[in-house]
Amino acid sequence: MVLRTLLNRLLISLIVLVGVSMLIFGIARVIPGDPARIALGPNATTEQISKLRAEMHLDESLPSQYFHFLIDLSRGDLGTSLYTNRPVTLDIAEFLPATLELVFLAGIIMVSVGLPLGMLAARYRDSWPDSLIRVFALLTVSAPSFVWAVILMLLFAFYLPIFPIAGRISDIYEIERVTGFLTIDTLLAGNYAAFGDALRHLVLPAVALSLSGIGQAARLTRSNMVETYEKPYIEMAQAYGFFPSRIARSYAFKPSLIPSLTIIGLDFAAMLGNAFLVEAVFAWPGLSRYGVAVILRKDLNAIMGTVLIISITFLIVNIIVDLLIGYLNPRVRYSTRGSA
Amino acid sequence: MRTLRILARNPLSVVGLVLVLLIIFAAVFAQYIVPYPTHNGSVIDFAFANKPPSARNWFGTDLVGRDIFSRIIYAYQISLTLGVVVLAVATPIGTIIGLLAGYVGGWVENVLMRLVDIFLSIPPLVLAIAMMGVLEPTLTNAMLAVTVVWWPWYARLVYSIARAEREEGYVLAAEVIGASAVHISFREILPNCLPAIITKMTLDMGFVIIIASSLSFLGLGVQPPTPDLGSMVAEGARYLPDSWWLSVFPGLAILVAVFGFNLLGDGLREILSVDK
Repeated sequence: MVLRTLLNRLLISLIVLVGVSMLIFGIARVIPGDPARIALGPNATTEQISKLRAEMHLDESLPSQYFHFLIDLSRGDLGTSLYTNRPVTLDIAEFLPATLELVFLAGIIMVSVGLPLGMLAARYRDSWPDSLIRVFALLTVSAPSFVWAVILMLLFAFYLPIFPIAGRISDIYEIERVTGFLTIDTLLAGNYAAFGDALRHLVLPAVALSLSGIGQAARLTRSNMVETYEKPYIEMAQAYGFFPSRIARSYAFKPSLIPSLTIIGLDFAAMLGNAFLVEAVFAWPGLSRYGVAVILRKDLNAIMGTVLIISITFLIVNIIVDLLIGYLNPRVRYSTRGSA
Repeated sequence: MRTLRILARNPLSVVGLVLVLLIIFAAVFAQYIVPYPTHNGSVIDFAFANKPPSARNWFGTDLVGRDIFSRIIYAYQISLTLGVVVLAVATPIGTIIGLLAGYVGGWVENVLMRLVDIFLSIPPLVLAIAMMGVLEPTLTNAMLAVTVVWWPWYARLVYSIARAEREEGYVLAAEVIGASAVHISFREILPNCLPAIITKMTLDMGFVIIIASSLSFLGLGVQPPTPDLGSMVAEGARYLPDSWWLSVFPGLAILVAVFGFNLLGDGLREILSVDK
C-alpha cells in the first residue's frame, strides 16, 4: 500500500513538473526582443544571429521549440548561460549546495523552535505565555526576511560583533570541494576550525531566513493542539491524573504534528524564495544570487534552469513531507485509497 | 454589537484596526500631512544629505537629503495601491475557478485544480521574480506578477469550501427545485465562502506588501525616484552600520503595516468565526 501511495504521488508530481516546465517556458517566451541578439550583444553580424537563431530553434513554432527544450532537458542539458559562458547545469551544481545548506539549517531552526513554542502556547493557552508567543509569532511573520537580515546583521555583526558580516567562510581556509556543503566538506577534510567558522557564517542568514517560518509553525501548532485538547481522550488522560507535561507531550502533540508538517512543506517553498533576499544581504554565494544576476542580464537559459531546479527541489521536499504524513497518520497509512 | 464585544475582548485586534486606519489615512492624505511634500520625487538637498534622525527629520535623511519619514508615507501609497489592485483582481479570478472546480466537479475539477497545483509548485516569490525577470520593472508589471502568483491560493481556498458545501442539504434542495449551476454557485455556495475570503484578504494585504517590497528590494519593482519601502531598504543596506536609519526605518515601516493587517485579520477570523 505504501508503494502504491508512493507511485501515485510520483505520477502526480511528474504531471505537475511537465506543467511547471510549460509555465516556465511560456514565461521565457514572453520576453521582448530577440534572445539570440541579446545573447550575442550589439556587435554581432546578421549571419551570426541567424546562425544562433537556428541553433536555438527560434525560427520554429512554439510547440516545436518546447519539444526541443524537453529533449534537452531529459538529457540533463539546460543550455549555456550567457552570463558565465558555461553550461547552466554546471553553474547550478556550483551554486545550489550553498543555498540548500542555508535553507536546510533554516528549516531545522524553524522546526526546533517553532513547534516547541506552539506546544508551550497551547499548554498555557489564554494566559500570558500564550499572548507573548502570539505577539512574537505575529511579529516574525510581519516582516520580509531581508528586513530581519538587516536588523540581525546590525545587532549581531556590527554592534555586538559575535558573528561574521558576510560570506560563507573566512578567506584563510582552503577547503577542497567534495559535496559543496561547506559544513560537510570541512569535516571531511578534518579541519574543525574551518567547520566552526563555516557554521558561524551560517547562523545569521539561517536565523533571518527561518524567522517567519518559526512564527507560522508556532501559530499552527498552537491552534492544532488547542483543538486536540478538546478531544475526549485528553479529558480521560486528565481524569486519570496524568501530569500536564505528559499529556502535552504524549497525547496532544503527536496528532497535532500532522497538519503542521503540511505547513512546513509550504514554508520550505517560502524559504527557497526568501533565500533570494537573505543571500543578497549577506553576500551569500548561492543559487539565488546567481538567479538575480542572470535575471538582470536577461539570461534566458539560466533563468529557466534556476526556476526549474528550485521547483524540483520543492516537489521533492513535498513528496517527503507527504510520505512522512502517511507514516505518522495511521488513517492515511492503512487507507486503501492512498494519500491525496 | 457582537462584533464590538469581540473586538473589546481582543485588544490586539483593536491595535491592528487603529494601525491599519492610521496607515490608510496617512497614505490617502500624504500630500497634506508629510513634512516635506516634494520629497517623493528627485529632489536634491545636499546640505542635509545623509543626516541621522533629528527634530527636523524624524527618521533622518537619505543620501541626497530627502526626508525619509515623508518618503515612507509616500511609499505606503504605492504599497496599499498595489495590495488593493492585486487582491481586487486575484480574488474574483481565484473564487470563480474555485467555485467551478468545487461545485461542477468531474473533469472540470481535475483540469482546474491540476492547473492550480502547477502554479503552487513554484515557490511564490520565485515565480514572481521569474516573471519580473522577463518583464520591464514597472508598478503595473509588479502588480501583474504578484496577481499571477496570488489567484491560485483563493482558488484552493474556495474549492475546499465549495466541495464540502456541495454535499449540504440546502444545495440539494436548490438542485431539486431546478436552480441553475450558476445560481447555486454564486447565490447559494459563495455566501458561505465569504467569511473565509474576507479574512484571507485582510491577512493577504500584509503578505502582498511583503512580496511586492521583496521584488523592489531585488531591483525588480518600482524604480527610483518613486519611493518604495523595499528599494529604500536595499539602498540603505549598503551603508550599514554607519547610516543605519536609511534601511532600518523603511524596514520597520513594512513591519508595522503588515503587523497591523495581521492583527486585524486575526481578529476578523474570530468575529466571522472562520475555522482555518
